Amino acid sequence: MSYPKVITKRMEDHPTDSHTIERYEATGGYVQAKAAVAKTRDELVETVKESGLLGRGGAAFSTGLKWSFLAPARPAYLVVNGDESEPGTFKDRQLLERDPHQMLEGVIITAIANEVHHAFVYIRGEYPKPARRLQDAVDEAYVKGYFGKGIFGSEYDLELTVHLGGGAYICGEETALINSLEGQRGEPRLKPPYFPAAKGLYMMPTIVNNVETMANIPHIFEMGVDAYRALGHGDDTGTFMTSLSGHVNKPGNYELPHGITWRELIYDVGGGVPGDRELKMWIPGGASAPWFNPDDHLDLPITKGDTGQAGSMLGSGAVVVMDDTTCVVRAAERVVRFFSHESCGQCTPCREGTTWLEMILRRIEDGQGRPIDADLLLDVSDNISVGLAWPPRQTTICPLGPSAVSPITSIMRHFNDEVMAHITEGACPLAKTEVHA
Amino acid sequence: MSIWSESTQSRAKEILAKYPEKRSAVMPLLYLAMAEDGWLTEEGMTEVAEWVGITPAQVQSVASFYTMFKRERTGKYLVSLCTSISCMLLGSDDVLAAIEDESGVPHGETDEEGLISVEHAECIGACGGAVACQVNYELIEGLTAEKGRELVRWLKKARPEAVNTDEMQELFGGQRSFEWALPSDVGAAGPFPAFEPYGTATKDPQ
Ligand SMILES: Cc1cc2nc3c(=O)[nH]c(=O)nc-3n(C[C@H](O)[C@H](O)[C@H](O)COP(=O)(O)O)c2cc1C
Ligand code: SF4
Ligand code: FES
Repeated sequence: MSYPKVITKRMEDHPTDSHTIERYEATGGYVQAKAAVAKTRDELVETVKESGLLGRGGAAFSTGLKWSFLAPARPAYLVVNGDESEPGTFKDRQLLERDPHQMLEGVIITAIANEVHHAFVYIRGEYPKPARRLQDAVDEAYVKGYFGKGIFGSEYDLELTVHLGGGAYICGEETALINSLEGQRGEPRLKPPYFPAAKGLYMMPTIVNNVETMANIPHIFEMGVDAYRALGHGDDTGTFMTSLSGHVNKPGNYELPHGITWRELIYDVGGGVPGDRELKMWIPGGASAPWFNPDDHLDLPITKGDTGQAGSMLGSGAVVVMDDTTCVVRAAERVVRFFSHESCGQCTPCREGTTWLEMILRRIEDGQGRPIDADLLLDVSDNISVGLAWPPRQTTICPLGPSAVSPITSIMRHFNDEVMAHITEGACPLAKTEVHA
Repeated sequence: MSIWSESTQSRAKEILAKYPEKRSAVMPLLYLAMAEDGWLTEEGMTEVAEWVGITPAQVQSVASFYTMFKRERTGKYLVSLCTSISCMLLGSDDVLAAIEDESGVPHGETDEEGLISVEHAECIGACGGAVACQVNYELIEGLTAEKGRELVRWLKKARPEAVNTDEMQELFGGQRSFEWALPSDVGAAGPFPAFEPYGTATKDPQ
C-alpha cells in the first residue's frame, strides 16, 4: 500500500541526511521562503486560508483563519508548539529530527505573513535530540542569512529561539505554553480575555502553531492551493500524520491521505494485530479522544467530520491499538492516571475529579471495586464535564479536565459487562495483559 | 557576586540575550544551574533569581511546577521508564520491575551512592518503539526486561562520563519508532537534557 508523500518525502528518499541544509536545498528547500519576502501579508494569509489547512496540534482549527485574527498591536510573536506529550503521539519528534529545515521554512513564511520578527520553538524537555537537530539546523540557516538581520538580503529581520520545556504536558495548551515561555508556571490562562492572537506572549498578539502545521506551509506554496487541496478529502485538505502504536505489527509514523478507513489503517498500513489476535478497541486521536471499536467504527473513513459524528476526534493523530488480551479497566486507568498526573490543579473538578477517577479505576482493577463504583465513575465524570456530551462541555479553564472523561465513557458505554465483572467477581476477568514481543 | 564560574556566567549571558524579556530565561538557567551542581540546589535557584531579577521564592514556585527540575539529590544517571498506555500495552510494568530489581532502587528514589535514580515517566514520545526508556533524557526504544537489566549493569560498571542516545540504542535498544539517521556523540552527564545552548551537553569521550 503506497500513498503520496509530502512532508515525509525527503526523509524517505534520503534516509541518512534529510536533516542537513545541503540536502534540503538540493531538494528545492528555502525557495518558497525566499519568495515570501517579496509577497504581501494578505497574499500569504489568503493562500493559506484557501488551502484549507487545519492545525495539526489537536484542535484542527483553520490556520489561515487564525492568522487573519491577529490583532494589530506590535511586536507580534510566533510560537511553534513542539511540546508533543499526548500519550501515543510521536510524529512531531520525527519531523523535528528528520527534516527540521522543512519546519523552519514554514516558520519563516508564517513569520512574514504575520509581521513577526521573533519566533520561538517550544520543544518538550524530554526531546533533547530533536532539539539538538533543530538547533543545528537553525545555526546552519543563520549562517546562510535565512535568519538574523535582513533575511535573504531583504530588509526583514527575523530571530529564532529554541526553548526547552520542563516536563509538563499542560504546557502543550497554548496559553500555558505562553506562560511557560514567559518563565512562569505553566498554568493555562482564561480565554477570554487571553486569546493568544490578541493577548499572547508578553501580552502581545501571538500565533501558536504546531510543528506539523508548520511543515505543511512550504508545500502549500510549492504545489499551489489546488494541488494541495486535491491531496485531501473534502474539507480535510493535504495529508496527515498518524502515530500508530500498541498492538499492531508495524507501529510507526505514517503520512496518509484523509478518507482511508480505520480498517485500512490498522490492517493494511499497520499490518494488523500481532498473533492474529482480535482487535478489541483503539484510541483514534490521542489520549483525549473517546475510543472506537470494531463493531461500530472499522469502516468509517478517517476524516474530521466522520470521526466527530461518531463521537470522537482525530486530535493529535495518535492511534493506539488494543487487542482482546487488554483489560479495559487497566487501559482506562493508564489514560486517566496521565491526566491526573498532568492536571495543573487550578480547577477543582479537574484536580479532584481526575484523582478520584484514577483511584476508583485502580480499586476496580485490583478486585476491590464496589457495586456503586460504576455509577461513581459516571458521577465524578459528570462533575468534570456536565452531561458527558461530545464534544465535551467545559466548565474548567482548559480542556484537559474534560479529556480525562473520554476513557470512562468509552469503557462504560461499550464494555460495561467487563467493568461489572471485575466488581462481581472481585478480580480482573482477563489474565494480566500479556507481553507481546 | 556570582557563585558561577566565568564560563558559566558567559553562558548565562548568552541565554539571556536570546529573549526579549529576562524572565523568559528562567527555565534555561535552571537547567544550567542543574548542570553546575548535578541537581537543582537552593543556591542554584537563588543564583537564577539574581540573573533574571525575581525573588528566589518566585524561582522555586516556577521550578516546582515542572517535573524535570529535580530539587532533591538525584543520581548521576536518571533512569525514566515510560509506563503510559502504549508502553503499558507492550509490557512496561515488567520492564520497570526488572530495572528496580537490578538496581535495587524503587521508582521515585535514588541509591545511596548517588549513582542511579529510577522513576516512571508518562509518555516520552516514543510509543512506536515501546517499551521506551530514557537515561538522562537520552532515549532508548524497544527495551525489554532483560535489556533493562543489562542497561543497569552497564551503568554501574562502565560509569560513562555522559550517556548518549545513539550509543545506548545500539547496546540495549530494539524496535524504533522510526529510522534515526546519522548518529552523534553528544550526551548528558547528569539528570538534565543535553542541549548545547544551555551548557548541559557533553561530548562522550568513549
Ligand atoms: C491539554 C492540551 C494539550 C495540548 N498539547 C499540545 C501539544 O503538545 N502540541 C500541540 O501542537 N498542540 C497542543 N495542544 C493544542 C494547542 O493548544 C494549540 O491549539 C495548538 O498548538 C495550535 O496549533 P495548530 O493550530 O497548528 O494545531 C494542546 C491543547 C490542550 C488543551
Ligand atoms: S482543566 Fe485541569 S489542567 Fe486545565 S486549567 Fe483546569 S486544572 Fe489546569
Ligand atoms: S506511551 Fe510510552 S513513549 Fe508514548
